[in-house]
Amino acid sequence: MKRRMLAIAADGALILYFVFALFPIAWMIILSLKPANELFSTYFSFTPTFDSYRTVLGAGNDEGVPFLRFFVNSLVVSLGAVALSLAIGLPAAYAAARWRFRGSENLMFTLLSFRFAPELTVIIPLFVLYQKLGLFDTYVGMIWVLQLVTLPLIVWIMRSYFSDLSPELEQAALLDGYTRKQAFFKVALPLVKPGIAAVSLLAFIFAWNNFVFPLILTSSEAQTVTVGALSFLGGDRPKYNLTAAAALVSVIPPLLLALTIQRYLVRGLSFGAVKS
Amino acid sequence: MYTSLKETDHGAASHEGGGPPARAVPRWRRSLRPYLLIVPALLLTGGILYPFGLGLFYTFFDFAASKPQPDMVGLENYRRIFTETSFWNSAWVTVLYAVGAAAVETVLGVGVALLLHRSTLVGRVLEKILILPLMIAPVIAAIMWKLMLQPSVGVINYLLKPFGLGGVQWTDTPAGALLSSIAVDVWVYTPFVAILALAGLRSLPVSPFEAAAVDGAGWWFTFRRLTLPMLWPYVLVAVIFRFMDSLKVFDIIYALTEGGPGDSTVVLQIRAYLEAIRFQRYSFGISYMIVLWAVVYLVTMVLVRYLGKIQNRAAEVPK
Repeated sequence: MKRRMLAIAADGALILYFVFALFPIAWMIILSLKPANELFSTYFSFTPTFDSYRTVLGAGNDEGVPFLRFFVNSLVVSLGAVALSLAIGLPAAYAAARWRFRGSENLMFTLLSFRFAPELTVIIPLFVLYQKLGLFDTYVGMIWVLQLVTLPLIVWIMRSYFSDLSPELEQAALLDGYTRKQAFFKVALPLVKPGIAAVSLLAFIFAWNNFVFPLILTSSEAQTVTVGALSFLGGDRPKYNLTAAAALVSVIPPLLLALTIQRYLVRGLSFGAVKS
Repeated sequence: MYTSLKETDHGAASHEGGGPPARAVPRWRRSLRPYLLIVPALLLTGGILYPFGLGLFYTFFDFAASKPQPDMVGLENYRRIFTETSFWNSAWVTVLYAVGAAAVETVLGVGVALLLHRSTLVGRVLEKILILPLMIAPVIAAIMWKLMLQPSVGVINYLLKPFGLGGVQWTDTPAGALLSSIAVDVWVYTPFVAILALAGLRSLPVSPFEAAAVDGAGWWFTFRRLTLPMLWPYVLVAVIFRFMDSLKVFDIIYALTEGGPGDSTVVLQIRAYLEAIRFQRYSFGISYMIVLWAVVYLVTMVLVRYLGKIQNRAAEVPK
């Protein structure tokens, strides 16, 4: 009897936490569906409308905020950053997993230390530099700086995937007359494909969610959703319904991806510090 | 962990395999190979280290929008930082925020992990959605909470009204603003601690728990003497990540309070942002960041060393 009560109490506590965790999302959905004239009056009874979404996503919305464009910008720079990081990070991760060479550990630690560096440390000099080079408010500029987020993630996690792979597989390939390059592309790479998929999605989410870089290094052309979502809060009368709709639209991609890669998340989030 | 493949690079081995002999690769090229693979990453690292070095260089000048022809001022920027009360205020707020957020997230996250580990039906269903807040950009989370915390029209005060707490000025009082921003941090990142703790719990050996159960040990005793010490290395990874990240918090505060009211939530990164971007005192703003960077770097080193010690000790316990 006492055990039963305890079990119910435990489930109750768990549900309480999840109410706290999910309520803001649910509330944003409610807010985003409210008609503008009912925003400040009643709370739970209203006729839902998709007007907010229409305004937020509309090309010529009366708010003058090209949110759809910001959404596309986010897609371009996040995908670009992930693609570049993969091209650069996979060979580096492989090298770090297979060879111990002079400075390898220091190099790896330097990469990881970017994870802990306050973003503004490099962003102010970059701001000055970007103004000079013409990279301010451009895709190239954003993709370059997002490497700070995506590259360490990809190198560290893929290194642990490559390390888990038995080197004998590649040795066998070499015995069969493969070159080193072929062994990498035809044996090692296909075997870590699930890892690559998971880490790419995670890196995409991190790039998508970044706020400081687009805040300071873009103004309009290359601005992303995280900065764009704030636009609806300004003005003399804050547009709660529009803000809620913008917030929800901007979290759709990361949420969908997260649900697909859930299984691999732990290793990614902790940079391989906890293997599961 | 590291495996040398050197021996297999020799062509001789492939003859025994029966395949065609591999092209002989000169020794110097073989030893160069890992470097070649890592060069692109190095270049990119350089692309980031250069601005960092440039920033460090700027801190010895008085570069600002009002002074486009900067003079060399040596350590003047740093001297000014450490003698200004606003720095010490920011440092204090940052520490309060980081310690508060990391502490609450650790306790709550481990608690949630323990509850989920029981793996009841409720737990299995809820576990699937545990990560949702974590995947929302912190700045978006802050925007969501900002809407909910509005004193007059926000849903939180509406829900609190029956309890006689209808008019709390959440983000308009110094203590309320700090607590609110910590609450947003807790909302976003508690799942992170919970996920890592849960992974840790699932990888713990079963036999000590079975032995304890046979001996009739109570829940509290098992938790304090077995679960917690064995779980600690896993939790510590999460704590380190959370503490480091909270020290350099920016987006949550920027969207929720912009450092206000007054300067009650001006954490170091916000102060640096205000100095460098808003007031365009570039050198001074970067100096703030260099100080924060140095602190984060030192604290990371100490914590990582402590983590290594703990993990070694944990590895000595036979599983």
